Amino acid sequence: MKKLILPLSLLLLLAGCSSSGNWGWYVIDPRTSGGWTNIKFLISGMGSTILISVIAASISIVLGLIVALPGQSGNRWLRLINRIYVEFIRSIPLLPMLFWVFYGLPIVFKSLGINVPIDPFWGAIITLAISDSAFTAEIYRSGIQSIARGQSEAAQTIGLNYVQTMRYVILPQAIRRILPPLANQFIYIVKMSAFASVIGMQELTRRANELVVTEYRPLEIYTLLIVEYLVLVLIISAGVRWLERRMGADERV
Amino acid sequence: MANAAIELVGVNKWYGDFHVLKDIDLSVGAGEKVVICGPSGSGKSTVVRCINKLEEHQRGTIHLFGRELTNESRSVASIQGEIGMVFQQFNLFPHLSVLDNLTLGPMKARGLSRADAQERARHYLTRVRIPDQANKMPKQLSGGQQQRVAIARSLCMEPKAMLFDEPTSALDPEMISEVLDVMVELAQEGMTMIVVTHEMGFARKVADQMVFMDEGEIVEHGPPDAFFGNPRTARCQKFLSQILQH
Ligand SMILES: Nc1ncnc2c1ncn2[C@@H]1O[C@H](COP(=O)(O)OP(=O)(O)OP(=O)(O)O)[C@@H](O)[C@H]1O
Ligand SMILES: [Mg+2]
Repeated sequence: MKKLILPLSLLLLLAGCSSSGNWGWYVIDPRTSGGWTNIKFLISGMGSTILISVIAASISIVLGLIVALPGQSGNRWLRLINRIYVEFIRSIPLLPMLFWVFYGLPIVFKSLGINVPIDPFWGAIITLAISDSAFTAEIYRSGIQSIARGQSEAAQTIGLNYVQTMRYVILPQAIRRILPPLANQFIYIVKMSAFASVIGMQELTRRANELVVTEYRPLEIYTLLIVEYLVLVLIISAGVRWLERRMGADERV
Repeated sequence: MANAAIELVGVNKWYGDFHVLKDIDLSVGAGEKVVICGPSGSGKSTVVRCINKLEEHQRGTIHLFGRELTNESRSVASIQGEIGMVFQQFNLFPHLSVLDNLTLGPMKARGLSRADAQERARHYLTRVRIPDQANKMPKQLSGGQQQRVAIARSLCMEPKAMLFDEPTSALDPEMISEVLDVMVELAQEGMTMIVVTHEMGFARKVADQMVFMDEGEIVEHGPPDAFFGNPRTARCQKFLSQILQH
């Protein structure tokens, strides 16, 4: 599927360039100075998109582990907390959650006497991280469960407590099953970061929206926007495949 | 009774509706060796796993060295590591070298320095007769060697008693004796041991008490001479005649 999208969109671009009808590729034609300025404007959102995604993913990786560990414990209340968190967070659509965090959370903070303004940057990161953590928690869960029960039993019989068992015995073995899906999950964050545009974050999608308003060339500009995401995601998935190969190679030693 | 190392009185356990252990009484004095045998599914593993708290029992009491084993996690934490356990499937940590398998418990649970833990590890590796495999990964060893590493890993915690759950059942026949030899030696040095096994040669050599279990009950229980020479129950006779034929 991915293999098809790139040639197809290139075809679309070329077709547009050659015909003169309703197409207006000049808005993003690098050969004209206006087009080049527009392209630079659009691409300049890339930094924010990447930064938001990387920070949100980093938080989600830690948060997901914190959520996942109680789910593996022998205590049923801890397991219940884990299930409620995962099911609850997973069922909230991203956009409402973003609105709630950006517009609602500051009010909660204020009523608690905490004066923390939430700007679009952190609003987007908090929302993406929390939303994604439910998924990373599940990735940890399946990775941990893939390690045979005998391993944690053996760890217990040599006196290791729960945290030590996880840290020294289970997670080091689970990591090769966890890392590739975690990296894959990063693609989800990159795509979902587009929602940050609606709270005014100057990232790829926001830039495209703003240019569409001034140039009124939605087809050409959104086509370039999609290509931008496509390139980003293709680079990440190439990284994931490299990681998977490395992890798989380790396993065979 | 007061100085028994391991004492089970009226222990019962259920898995849901299934009554796995029925009124198990067992008293193991310090330095005693008990061999448990019985058909598959009779509850042998479950008895052993209740003693080191891998499973909880629902009724009855278990005392280890005079302390009652309750289902609260604090007593669990203090007990595990004092009772060594050897599993049928070895359960070595595959991502750690042999040496790191052995030093993990002493360093993390006992707070030994790396140097002290390694010295102890090498000592016990020598005792299980694989002094020169310390830096290999578990996968690079034969089954018999892996099981001996597992025994050494338990011994590194300097346990007061050792439990063995069919330690040789997963081994190729030619490797069984190398593991049993190590266990006999351990027995002769005075370790308190409970061994689930069908190796009757080993049992005759080291056991102070023989226990035969069937359907969650201890059906027959006594010194090896009487147990092998003159089993009282038909079930035990049948079982013994079956396994002694092999
Ligand atoms: N977690 C569990 N849940 C439900 N039933 C279980 C569980 N573990 C064991 N059992 C059942 O309890 C019974 C006793 O099991 P146990 O493993 O103690 O038998 P065993 O004597 O060690 O048998 P084997 O020689 O096959 O190892 C079996 O019928 C088994 O199916
Ligand atoms: Mg068993």
